[in-house]
Amino acid sequence: MSSENAQEFRRAALGLLARAPAARLAELLDALPAHELLRAPEIGTVMLRGRAGGTGAAFNLGEMTVTRASIRLDSGAVGHGYVQGRDRTHALRAALIDAMGQDDPAGVEQRILAPLRAEEAARRAETARDAAKTRVEFFTLVRGEDE
Amino acid sequence: MNDLSGGFTDPPAQSANAFRAILDAMARPGRIVTLDGLGRGPAPISAAAATVLLTLADRTTKLHLASSHDHVPLRDWIAFHLGAPLVAAEEASFALGSWAALAPLDRFAIGTPEYPDRAATLLVDGHDFDAEPVKLCGPGIRDTAELALPEREAFHRNHARFPLGWDAIFCGGDRLAALPRSTEIA
Repeated sequence: MSSENAQEFRRAALGLLARAPAARLAELLDALPAHELLRAPEIGTVMLRGRAGGTGAAFNLGEMTVTRASIRLDSGAVGHGYVQGRDRTHALRAALIDAMGQDDPAGVEQRILAPLRAEEAARRAETARDAAKTRVEFFTLVRGEDE
Repeated sequence: MNDLSGGFTDPPAQSANAFRAILDAMARPGRIVTLDGLGRGPAPISAAAATVLLTLADRTTKLHLASSHDHVPLRDWIAFHLGAPLVAAEEASFALGSWAALAPLDRFAIGTPEYPDRAATLLVDGHDFDAEPVKLCGPGIRDTAELALPEREAFHRNHARFPLGWDAIFCGGDRLAALPRSTEIA
């Protein structure tokens, strides 16, 4: 895997791990591998910024509660986890899977990321289906005014 | 592989204890404080200096690394644990290095008459506490105190311009001592 691909893989994996339900992550990674805590899980806030208005000036939307953790596996791989909310074990598992993914991308993809990705796609499809029920289609009958 | 380990495992308690120890050392010049609950950083930074940085430095603290400590592993460690911006000596509020590498000392901020607090604090790492001691007197010292200094003249000149001047914290192993600019070298 080239370094650019590896970075893209990590980026996608971290997003997936952050969005996954913490309980599901706990099922997929039941026993934590041996690791050293570089930064124990800690709770803080990050400012969400967006661009508003035509000038593109940054706009502070609000703060979001975030939990982060950093660990190192015995192999030397360093993993970071950032997740929304206050669940320390969620952040820790995300960091562990990030580090494990650097050692064994294929295995982690198969055991953890692929199921999470499928479930996320299913969740999104379901939301889209629910929303689709309320869709209203407008159409106009020919009124004959244009002639 | 870079080595990012050595941060505080229990930051609230460890940083409070370390802050108290640094405060004691600053308030009683010449007193050598042994730290427990230490942070560690990649060589050549001592455990005491790493603990001082973990306690006092953050994203808003301008830090200067003297040539003795300006190595990539230590830069990475600082970026991860402190996020402190690394700056030139003239702008620094903290400077880390061996005594020889920190020279020339007139590069560092000594504050202004209106704001004497805008001065640098020198973290002198790898200090030899067992060298020939010098007699000290001044605020925080009842009669006289003794502390080994890397040299005498620089501290004498620094005290002469009080209330301006830099302050120094000496670190070596797990011990530290401090010499604020108010202390007179007897």
